Amino acid sequence: MSSRAIVFIIPVIVIAIFWLMARREARRNPDPTRKSFFERNGKALGIVFIALVAFWTLFLVALPYLYMVVESFHPALPPTKRGGPDDVLTVAQYSSFVINPIGDQVNWLHMKALVFSILVSMAVTFLNFCICYPLAFYMAQAGTAQKVRLLMLGLIVPYWVNEILRAFSLRLLLASKGLINQALMGIGITDAPIDFLGNNTGLYVGLSYAYLLVMMFPLYNAIESLDKNQIEAARDLGAPWWRIHWDVVIPYAKPGIASGCTMVFMLSVGSLAAPQFLGGPRVLWFTAIIYDFFFQSFNWPRGAAYAFIMLVVCIALVMGMLRLFKVSLGEAIK
Amino acid sequence: MSAGVELDHITVRFGDFTAVDNATLDIKGGEFFSFLGPSGCGKTTILRTVSGFLEPSEGRVRIGGQDMAGIGPNKRPTALIFQNLALFPLMSVAENISYGLRVRGAGKAERRRKADELLDLIALPGQGDKLVSELSGGQKQRVAIARALAVEPKVLLLDEPLSALDLKLRQHMRAELRAIQQKVGITFIYITHDQGEALTMSDRIAVMSDGVIQQVGDGKAVYDQPQTAFVASFVGENNPFPGTITRAENGYAVIETAFGPLRGRNPQGLAAGSRGILFVRPESLQLGQGSADATLSSTVTNVAFEGHMTHVYLNGQAKKEIIVTVGRLGGAAIPAPHTTTPISYDAELGLILPEGMLARE
Repeated sequence: MSSRAIVFIIPVIVIAIFWLMARREARRNPDPTRKSFFERNGKALGIVFIALVAFWTLFLVALPYLYMVVESFHPALPPTKRGGPDDVLTVAQYSSFVINPIGDQVNWLHMKALVFSILVSMAVTFLNFCICYPLAFYMAQAGTAQKVRLLMLGLIVPYWVNEILRAFSLRLLLASKGLINQALMGIGITDAPIDFLGNNTGLYVGLSYAYLLVMMFPLYNAIESLDKNQIEAARDLGAPWWRIHWDVVIPYAKPGIASGCTMVFMLSVGSLAAPQFLGGPRVLWFTAIIYDFFFQSFNWPRGAAYAFIMLVVCIALVMGMLRLFKVSLGEAIK
Repeated sequence: MSAGVELDHITVRFGDFTAVDNATLDIKGGEFFSFLGPSGCGKTTILRTVSGFLEPSEGRVRIGGQDMAGIGPNKRPTALIFQNLALFPLMSVAENISYGLRVRGAGKAERRRKADELLDLIALPGQGDKLVSELSGGQKQRVAIARALAVEPKVLLLDEPLSALDLKLRQHMRAELRAIQQKVGITFIYITHDQGEALTMSDRIAVMSDGVIQQVGDGKAVYDQPQTAFVASFVGENNPFPGTITRAENGYAVIETAFGPLRGRNPQGLAAGSRGILFVRPESLQLGQGSADATLSSTVTNVAFEGHMTHVYLNGQAKKEIIVTVGRLGGAAIPAPHTTTPISYDAELGLILPEGMLARE
């Protein structure tokens, strides 16, 4: 049986194991008042529930990813050779990230791209936190209801605009002959246009703006539930404003901060449009490499392997950060 | 070290609403001073003005003789205890207590020493490493007091800090608060709507209503010599008998009420013909006939036996009930409901005040 077929059986086996464990548990501690699932919901509705949940977990969540995992352990073959004697399990796709099979050289290009994507995303995450924290604090604690509503509207409405349109309009703004350069030259601050796109300013601006709300809402939610008296108590005890934030607000909002930072980081590393349209000519974003494997060279196994390398590295980084700041994963995804 | 607090013609407005209207007061250093009034009377606004969270629209606040205008709450020699205590949930008990010292740059050893000292004062020795969530309501209360005292304020401001406790604990904490105040010797300004708290703890009380200070005095003065109808009806139980004064002489007056002419003291010298209210406290009323102009009769509606005393309710004026409190040694037989009975009082204990707003029940 081919390894691809096994993949489809794995979830079924997992479900069967869980079902058996549940049966065993029920036999060991019988509870006569407990009704079975079908007794509670009726046969027809029960079958519908199970079918829907099964469809959701199997076809939409588990199988696509499992299929990609399996794919990443296969060689890239033309359709005629799939399933043939050449279709063996291999880690070649993963090792190609370190040693390029063409020329047998260390694959600096791709490794650098991954590191670059991660570093830029970290910077974007930090930038977003610096922008969103004061805004979120104002909206959650200081602002009047009417102003907060206006601000919220101003934050949300621009996100109705399509991502690509947004990226290109930022390009218009930041280009050499764009609005900002013309204004700067017009009032005589610079003589020659500043290359915002070439020096990656566009990349940072685009990525930060793209995920601003993803940072905003967890922060806002966390700070909003803080009792105003806590802030006043700290102030009354003599704390200057920055200490109030450092000692009272930030520790309280830590789960929200962790949640916002995790989301922004993950989405930023995995973004495609902003780096492509706003990055400088030398920017090589890791997702762009993955995209090219899938859609340019039709090398799905290598694309899948690269995607999983990125995923694992990012998850490891996030977990490390959470541990460093003593936030549990449960709190961060709350 | 304590300091007096002077309120000099303080007015606080929020838009069109006047929360505090022209309050002038001189609270002495080391005094236990209470603001007593129903909710919404402006007492918390006064407290926030003293602590610096609010700037008065008009007038000045002076603490220890020093004008506080433009000085923020973190720079004033006051410490505030919040109604919900506002302890920091993520810090330990000791960290909570020593937080004010930490922001002042005190070292670890000094903070620990001060925290231990205060934990002894509030009778929670050795509990500094606990989390706030592990404490009971009364213990949290004491930690909040310790946290405020740690910064060695000259004035401690307390915003109904006992309101979240149950009755037994509340009564216990009254005595404890008073003891702590006498031990540390600083000025306490206490906000409450509970007259029992104000009467038992305070050196002096300011009774407030609708943003106006109605009367300032010690507990006995406020209870025995109320100056307005509001104070008479808000502090302690009281039976009001409104009417028109028919005769006034020698510090006494006779007022024509729905129950006929009744006599009482007339400390404000109200003239015949003016409207007034006669107040007689439930414990000053007794069952049975008395002198002619200090006796009325009415129908008993209800009798409530409370153990150490019995409340007898009778039909009063304007749908209000007259309450008579009979002690165990009162001797008189308690009348049955729906019977009509005479009740009387000593004219010395009846008090006639000018007509004014009564406290809402």
